[in-house]
Amino acid sequence: MAGVAGGGGGGGGGNDFQWCFSQVKGAIDEDVAEADIISTVEFNYSGDLLATGDKGGRVVIFQREQENKSRPHSRGEYNVYSTFQSHEPEFDYLKSLEIEEKINKIRWLPQQNAAHFLLSTNDKTIKLWKISERDKRAEGYNLKDEDGRLRDPFRITALRVPILKPMDLMVEASPRRIFANAHTYHINSISVNSDHETYLSADDLRINLWHLEITDRSFNIVDIKPANMEELTEVITAAEFHPHHCNVFVYSSSKGTIRLCDMRSSALCDRHSKFFEEPEDPSSRSFFSEIISSISDVKFSHSGRYMMTRDYLSVKVWDLNMENRPVETYQVHEYLRSKLCSLYENDCIFDKFECCWNGSDSAIMTGSYNNFFRLFDRNTRRDITLEASRESSKPRAILKPRKVCTGGKRKKDEISVDSLDFNKKILHTAWHPTDNIIAVAATNNLYIFQDKIN
Amino acid sequence: MSEKLGTDSRCEQTGDEKQDTQEKEAVIPERAEEAKLKAKYPNLGQKPGGSDFLMKRLQKGQKYFDSGDYNMAKAKMKNKQLPSTGPDNNLVTGDHIPTPQDLPPRKSSLVTSKLAG
Repeated sequence: MAGVAGGGGGGGGGNDFQWCFSQVKGAIDEDVAEADIISTVEFNYSGDLLATGDKGGRVVIFQREQENKSRPHSRGEYNVYSTFQSHEPEFDYLKSLEIEEKINKIRWLPQQNAAHFLLSTNDKTIKLWKISERDKRAEGYNLKDEDGRLRDPFRITALRVPILKPMDLMVEASPRRIFANAHTYHINSISVNSDHETYLSADDLRINLWHLEITDRSFNIVDIKPANMEELTEVITAAEFHPHHCNVFVYSSSKGTIRLCDMRSSALCDRHSKFFEEPEDPSSRSFFSEIISSISDVKFSHSGRYMMTRDYLSVKVWDLNMENRPVETYQVHEYLRSKLCSLYENDCIFDKFECCWNGSDSAIMTGSYNNFFRLFDRNTRRDITLEASRESSKPRAILKPRKVCTGGKRKKDEISVDSLDFNKKILHTAWHPTDNIIAVAATNNLYIFQDKIN
Repeated sequence: MSEKLGTDSRCEQTGDEKQDTQEKEAVIPERAEEAKLKAKYPNLGQKPGGSDFLMKRLQKGQKYFDSGDYNMAKAKMKNKQLPSTGPDNNLVTGDHIPTPQDLPPRKSSLVTSKLAG
């Protein structure tokens, strides 16, 4: 079992990569406005587009520049393509509920025509956005002037055919569907099905299935709400469709378990087909055990053979054919185990970290505190800790591995556990679907790193 | 205790091992942290994952302001001040009637994101 903590041997994580700084987006202010905090990051299927959502309900989409021989150094840089306000704050007067505009998740649809589509969700409402380009404009209308004013039809003596003229590229975002009123509790996940027609949305207690074309109806496929709320013992924390089997999805719980469901077996998937749980060592059980076992993210591998779960201190890889324990366990920041008391007091123990696979499923990445993030190579079992900081932001500068020291003697360049900044959390990261490019959200800044060889 | 790959982690303890475990309690970092927490907060419940805890999580975003209650209380109290909340505006107890001032103002963020700047 892999359980290498800290940076072993200084080797690169992920097939001997050398990660270099590429770009950073966002303001350098010390005073971060809450609205600017990035809450989700997602590459599209080709990796040409990178979307971010923030607490202010805004979506910003970056597009990768085409390789340009005359500017070889702009080697696939990401620049702003489109930005729009996806969700706005709302108030549910009936329930006295303030509905945050924070974007919880963005998921891209596979591209089917010239336009791009994505789903974005806050706590209550999912929206389908269409992002399209306009680079031509028609000129020479018969019934109206160039500035749009209607011409007097009796004055028109000749007809002409309008011609299309090129114009400056305009990228427009428009909401095409609004999927509302289906969730009593807070939506934590959305996942597009491999059939490209349906998607699921999950809240704390229920999972709903939608058709992308239909907004006034959704099917409830999982309901774990007990008849008596006093009996509530666990909540749903994340859910995802299988990448190839359109009838299979998984959902994780606050008790550290994952259930795999097959929609062919019954309409309401309250009974799971598979139940994944690692047996707990009863001698090490403590007050914190259940809290730190709560799974904050679950992601299928691209192959569909494995899934990965993130709990507070570790990342686990599960083989879908083996329910009784994970096949790999990676410690993210084991040194925090002796700080659980303070982490409980400052609520950090409830932070929800995400995790992601690289395109070939050979490496995984997840975030930590102090703007550190960790990459693990599944083949070599090597891991590396890197930092997203303005100090290491020189173009194409190779990132130096970081190390946290737990014992007494602190070596040069190491940082002690007590000096870690727990306000600098990296909760959201994304890996390009095919290339070695990673996007890391550090509070209000988005960092993009690339492999030197790339 | 040997750790073989693939075996069930549930371990059975002999008499010797039990004493071992008790000594280990102080050494196991999680247990030491638990002891610290219980020392600070002696009234802490046994199970943190209970329904109260989860219910609080489910109710995130709940703001209690009932204009009927508020106006009736105002009428009853006439000139006296309504009891105000303590530092925590979001936790409502049975006695307190929220006032419009208590509710945190709804933020507006209709400006372009700085990421696009």
